[in-house]
Formats: sequence, structure tokens, C-alpha cells
Amino acid sequence: MTMRKVAVVGAGMTRFVRRAQETAKELSWHAVHRALVSCEMTMDDIESVCMGTAPDAFDGVHMKGEYLSDGAGAWRKPYMRSYVGGGTGVFVPIQGWYHVASGLFDTCLVVAEEKMSSYHPHAQAAFLTIFDHTTERPLKPNLLWIFALEMNRYMHTYGISKKDIAAVAVKNKRNAANHPSALLGDPDITVEDVLNSEVLAWPVNRLDVSPVTDGAVAIVLAAEHVAKRITDKPVWIEGVGWNLDTAYWTNRDLAYPSYVEYAARMAYDMAGIKEPRKEIHIVEPYDPFDYKELHHLEGLLLADRGQAPQLVADGVTLRTGNMPSCPSGGLLGVGNPIAAAGLMKIAELFWQLRGEAGARQVPGQPKRGLAQAWGDLMQVGTVVIMGR
Amino acid sequence: MNERVAIVGIGWVGFRPVTPDLSYKELTYAAAVRAYADAGVDPRRDIQSFVTVAEDFHEGTSIFDEYTPDQLGAVLKPMHTIAGDGLHGLATAYMLIRTGQFDLVALEGHSKASNLLTLPEVTAYAQDPVLNRPLRLNTHFVAGLEMNRYLHETGTTGEQSAAVVVKNKHNALHNPSAPYGADLTLEEVLESQPLSWPLSHQHEAQHADGAIVMVLASESTARQLTDRPIWILGAGWCNDSAALENREWAQAVYARQSARMAYRQAGFSNPHQMIDFAEVDDTYAYKELQALEALGFFRPGEAGNATEEGVTAFDGELPVNISGGSLGMGHLLDATGLSRALEVVLQLRGEAGPRQLEDIEIGLAQSWRGVPTASGAVVVMSNA
Repeated sequence: MTMRKVAVVGAGMTRFVRRAQETAKELSWHAVHRALVSCEMTMDDIESVCMGTAPDAFDGVHMKGEYLSDGAGAWRKPYMRSYVGGGTGVFVPIQGWYHVASGLFDTCLVVAEEKMSSYHPHAQAAFLTIFDHTTERPLKPNLLWIFALEMNRYMHTYGISKKDIAAVAVKNKRNAANHPSALLGDPDITVEDVLNSEVLAWPVNRLDVSPVTDGAVAIVLAAEHVAKRITDKPVWIEGVGWNLDTAYWTNRDLAYPSYVEYAARMAYDMAGIKEPRKEIHIVEPYDPFDYKELHHLEGLLLADRGQAPQLVADGVTLRTGNMPSCPSGGLLGVGNPIAAAGLMKIAELFWQLRGEAGARQVPGQPKRGLAQAWGDLMQVGTVVIMGR
Repeated sequence: MNERVAIVGIGWVGFRPVTPDLSYKELTYAAAVRAYADAGVDPRRDIQSFVTVAEDFHEGTSIFDEYTPDQLGAVLKPMHTIAGDGLHGLATAYMLIRTGQFDLVALEGHSKASNLLTLPEVTAYAQDPVLNRPLRLNTHFVAGLEMNRYLHETGTTGEQSAAVVVKNKHNALHNPSAPYGADLTLEEVLESQPLSWPLSHQHEAQHADGAIVMVLASESTARQLTDRPIWILGAGWCNDSAALENREWAQAVYARQSARMAYRQAGFSNPHQMIDFAEVDDTYAYKELQALEALGFFRPGEAGNATEEGVTAFDGELPVNISGGSLGMGHLLDATGLSRALEVVLQLRGEAGPRQLEDIEIGLAQSWRGVPTASGAVVVMSNA
């Protein structure tokens, strides 16, 4: 059975900042406007709109998707908000893909927005209510603690050091120095800087983790016959995959993200990829913490279990390496407005595969890239493979 | 690609005003087991993708999608949540199958409204935090304003709106899943306690708890599984302006646009001649009249007369909300549209028991996401 081909034809994003002056609706609109301008389209050309944004608690608005709809350009249009926690940023382009691949629409505007700074004093408190109300909330866990558990388990299982992991933060923050929208680019950062930053929840130090960020990203999707009219450089969505594990994270093997592997296998199957390590030229794995990039490279089958740190140490994941990882600068460098950060990775692949990434351009005219996000209670993997 | 899509399994639990004996997970589990048995499928082996409809604030949990897979048999499967109504979820499952990548998709919606001690405050938190919330608008107050505008512009009367309440609560007496059935007179409705003029207490649907699961299949799989698939002919959804200040108040533009989209897919040029019965939103009684006009069944201002004349009654030309609607079955939060769709499936299968309609082929379900939204969906289904 042949699948209807779907292309990304435009992308735009706001700057990622710690505290935006704009409202959430305004951030969405800025990203949408830039995406539309990039492909010389207007809202009249858009048949449907998909929105990705993380918990309502950030904005303190019930049914936040409804509230954001007009800012995202969804006035009198079919509009839906999908949601898989932190994985949303790479899920919402999948949602856009099935809107177009279903044959119901020829174009779809995909928007991801996050405004975390409204939460006072810190957005971390919004995550106190994500835990099971009976078994977990009485223990008052927060996200940093549980990810510290996971990082510790990963280090323990494979004998990985904090220094090996800090190299990821250094790479990404250096990469981000070339990203005009980045919050945390730093060309001079060193492993010592990361190791010497204060401990938040051991083994996580402040520079091991991406910060609270405001921002929005939008992309435009089109069916094949429309995409070819819009641009001579469409970037095709070749494969998509997503997978959700049990809510009972305490029963899970924290050393290896099986759900990411299943999502990746689904996407590889759809894209007809047999040997991902040879066929994927750029990878944008989800990196809210530096250990997560390594964890995810293994889950994506791009590194053997416990061996991803060696790829970083050998320079394989540098922008000039054999498998550039997070050439954008990732969440650690560009910033982490949750859903928008995931869609930023899709926008990065779009620019990289078209050769439009400027100072960040990966050499060698890459043909195919993969973006991935992760979320919920260390529970969900979302994967998109794009190619030209 | 773009095969026809059918509903091949349904299961539900409820609906009851309170369910202190069951958690939302237990409600969902029970509904899922029934739906899978009805479809003859094993979720772990057969179902390829799962969809839930839910909103965080209704659940009292941030990132609620974390808690969706276990009770559905969806662990380590492609599953996602739509922050929308049940009919948005139905449209999502429909799209997933139409891509050609999935043959079987399960959809779940539930309500545990009785857990919400402060539901009016929660719904008020959906208002614009900058422009509207400082005014401390109550949700029913906004609905009262809209009803007033609708009555004013269309010449519909309070009595005609009350007739909807009498009809739907009476219909609910024949639905064993409906907890709010009643034999009321028009006077009893008109004289009920004021809520927000011209809305009175009886015009508002009370909430209920319950869960609904549906299994959808591609045409080839549906024909293997069942000899009575219910086909989805079209699905449409739309958002009008999110802002209270600049939207159409008297007409449900979102319903009109959703219907056009669904009718276009179904190939209907005269929808009112094609559609045999409808289940539409009646969160407030006037919404049923407003929806029927937006869906093209009546011209603006005529749905009220038609209701008084019995056109939308059980034995009328266009039976509407024979299930009892939300007024009779209870409002199910994000699962409300799914309960409308559930009745359409039951009627089209001929499984509606004492309220079974005769000689029907095509039914319509419509939903609205409640105050302060102008957002909703429409699904048209057929048994042939």
C-alpha cells in the first residue's frame, strides 16, 4: 500500500529566551508568521492547524490548546492539540503528517509553543502534579530527582563517568554559539565548567540540564503535489514512530529506553531503513539532560548499549564528525521550551537538509536526518525521519 | 491508502452521577474490555495505535497522558492523547487509519467529574487570563449571555428551549445508561431555579462519570471482524475565535464549518435529506437548537418551532438526542462527544432497545467543547 507523501516546505521560530515579553499567543504567532514567510504562503493557503504545547499548568489556563488557537492561526479552521508530555515537540509534526497523509488535507500548519516563565517562581513546580496521586505524590518527588535516578542508573550499569557525560553539554553549548535563536550558546565552555557547576540533584549539575525557556516554532507541511508547487527543495517526512511505556516507571529498566527503540523501529520500517547507522546522516536526539543524548543514541540503535559516550569522545558526534548529533545546539544550547524545543529539532533538520543552516551547516550535503523527543515519566519516545 | 474506516467495537461503563467505588482507570479498563470483546480483538496483539481524549485540569494531573496506556492494554504501543473532545479523538483515529499505516486503532474517553470538587472554578480557568479572568466571569454567566443573544437574533423563545429539556429528559427514561431521565412539564422547566438569565437550572446538563472505548478498523479488517461495521462517512472539526470579544455569538460557526467539512467527505449535497437522526450537543438546552441550525437541518430561528411541533421527537421526521443527550445522560467532560457517537452506533446497529429507531441508515454526532470555547466536531456514520 503506497503512502501519501508529505513534505516540510517552511519553518520559522522565535528566539528562545528565559523570560519573553510576549504572551503565549504572540509567541505562537511570531513563529507562524516566520514559517509562512519562509515558504511565501499565507493563512489562506493553510487547511488545518496542529498545536503542540506541554502542561496547562505552565500557563495556568484550562484547555490551553483552545486558548492558544487564534494565536496559532487557527481561526475558523480545523485545529487539534496533541499531547505526549515532553515528547510532544516531535509528536506534533507526526500529527501534522497524519492530517495530510490521511488525504483529508493538502496543507497543515504545525505549531509548538511554550511559555514557562509565567510560572512563579519556577516552572519546576508545575511538575509536582505529574506524579501518581496515591503512590508517588506523598513522597514529593520532582523531575530533577527522578532523572537523577535514571542518570545514576545509566552510569552505574555501563561504568560511565560524569566527565564522559559532560562532554555532551560542552559539544551542544558550543554548537549553539552558531544559532541565532539560542539562549545558551558558549564557544568557550569546558568540561570543567560543567563539572564545577553546582549540584542540583546528584549526579545532575546545573550545566548538565537545559533551563526553563520561552519560545515557539512552526513548520508548514504539504502533500506532494502541493509541495512541488511551493518549493523546489521539499524535505520529505519519510518515517514516523511513537511509543508509550507504562506509567509505572518504578518498574522499568532505567538503563535503556526500550520505548525509544520501539518508536525508532517503527520509523525505520516506514522509511525502509535497514542500517540506521549508515543511512542516517544527522541526528537530533532529545537532550534536556546531557546523559539523555547518549541514552537516546543507544535507544535509536545508532550506538551500542553503553557505547554512546565513546562516540562523543571520538568526535563522531561533532558537527564535522561522521554522525553529527545536535548540530543545532540542542536543548542544552538553544534552550528548552518543552514542546517548541522538539519542533526546533525538526526545523533544524529542514534547514540542514536544504543546506540553509548557515554557520551551523553540517558539511557533505547530508541527505537524511532523524529527530527524536522523549517525555512523560521517562516513558515516551517520538521519532521523525526526514530526507531530501 | 484512504480505505473506508469503520467502528467495529464499542464498550462503555456508566453513566452515573457519582462512582465512589471505581477509579477512572477502573472505569476505563471495564469499558476497554467490553469494546475489545465486542470487536473480537486482543489489544496487545491486534491493536496498532491508541488515542485518548483528556484535559489535564479535568484529571487533576499535569501531563495526564502518562496515565493512559496501562488500563487500555497499550503499554509499549504507539499511543497519544488529544486535548480535545471525543469526536476530535474519533476524527484522529479515522485519520490514522486513512494513512494506510494502521488497520486497528482504539479510542478512549472518560469522565470522573464527581472527583472535581471545584468544577465551576476549573472551567472558569479556561478563560483568557489577561482580558477575561479579572472580570471573574462564571461559566454559566457566559452561557446565559450566549443564549440571550441566540434568542434575540433568531426569535427563538424560552419555551422552545425548555421544550428541548422536556424532550431529552423524557427520551432518557428509555435509556438504561442515562441517569437523568425525568417526565417534566414545560412549566416545571420554565419555573426551575434561575441560573443566569435566561438560563435556568433545568437547562443545564448535570455531570456524570463513565468511560467509553471504541475500536476502529480499515475496511478490509472491518469486514473480517464483523458483519455489521458502522462506517465513518465524514468527520469535520473547527475552531472559531477563542476570544469572547470577537466571535459570532448567535450562530455556532464552528458547528457549521465542521458539518460542511464532514458533508463534503460524505458527498452530501442535501444533508438534511440524507441524515436520518442526530445526536447533538445539549450541554445547555439552547445549544441543541443552535447546533441543529448550524448543521443545516433548519434555518436560523426554525429549530425551536420544529422542536415544539415534535419534528425532533422519537417519532418525528428528524429524531434528535434519542439517547437523552447530555441533559439525560449527563455531561461527560471530554468524553461527551463520544457518548453522542455511541448512541449513533447503537442505533445504526439496531441495538438501542426500547428507543430503537426504525429504517435508519445514516446518523450524525456533533460536539462542543463548552464555555468559553467556540470549538467542536461533527462525525457522520452509516450502517450500509
